[in-house]
Amino acid sequence: MIIWELFVSFFRIGLFSFGGGYAMIPLIEREVVRNQAWLTAQQFIDILAVAEITPGPIAINSATFVGYKMGGLFGGTAATLGVVTPSLLTVMTFAFLFVRFNGAPQLKAALAAVRPVVVVLIFSAAISVGRLTINDIRSAAIAVTVLILMLRTKFNPILLLLAAGLVGIIIF
Amino acid sequence: MLPVIEREIVHTRGWQSEQEFIDVLAVAQSSPGAIAINTAIFTGYKLLGLPGVAVATLGAVLPSFIIITLLAATLTATTPGPIVLDFFKGIRPAVVALIFAAALTLGKKVLVDNFSMGLAAVALLISLNSNWHPAVIIAGAALFGLVYHYRQRRPGTSP
Repeated sequence: MIIWELFVSFFRIGLFSFGGGYAMIPLIEREVVRNQAWLTAQQFIDILAVAEITPGPIAINSATFVGYKMGGLFGGTAATLGVVTPSLLTVMTFAFLFVRFNGAPQLKAALAAVRPVVVVLIFSAAISVGRLTINDIRSAAIAVTVLILMLRTKFNPILLLLAAGLVGIIIF
Repeated sequence: MLPVIEREIVHTRGWQSEQEFIDVLAVAQSSPGAIAINTAIFTGYKLLGLPGVAVATLGAVLPSFIIITLLAATLTATTPGPIVLDFFKGIRPAVVALIFAAALTLGKKVLVDNFSMGLAAVALLISLNSNWHPAVIIAGAALFGLVYHYRQRRPGTSP
């Protein structure tokens, strides 16, 4: 039952992504592309692009998009509910504990170890999607230019993506 | 997104003080999931209890849900022409670059001592050489952090 599978997959994604936004990309890629084969790597990147260009959290955007693609309106609803439910359960619990136990040192200790690992996972996700997407000089040139602009300037990422798309129309 | 949330909750509505908002952020960032959604849940909970949670979560999720559903419906109903295909061909490497940039910027903030670099090195070896689910690697790191915390504390706690 695809609706239930969408809910469970996105529940798992929501449950294990600490650090928001980009921290979710490796998990979404694993579930949606590799485990379930709902999307090809190309389609996954296209959804990321759409999720980045439109307003709102990347997690919600990609859940809604993947869900809609696989199961229409119900699929979109199931995936979105799936990705939000772990937040609902944990934030209410943590909010209660945090206020009560003044910042919970155990929670801080666990997070201190999780953060460096999340960075590595984002890095590996970039490599695994990059391997499929960057396959000639033109695509490599776009990637390097955008990377440099992201690190050295304050250009809005949405603007950079749209510009890359326009360049794509010209050079491909 | 955070500056928008802060302006709305602290300045425009006056629902929370700056200090309370920092607590909210700490919880939102320590919890799994999207930070914007987590902030909405916590703020709703503090102000109104469960009904507040329901209303705030719906409010935070609906705009994305509606926009993306409309977009997905349009994209799946039409066959994209060559111009749209080339547009996406140009965007894909840019998306990869954005992910790389995020990893580098986060890495600069997070990889600051032997503890964090050691953990990152181990995680890199595992993620490149095994097929472990990222969730397993994250859970393993959290567990390691806890064990390390208690081992560090033990020698210091005896008077």
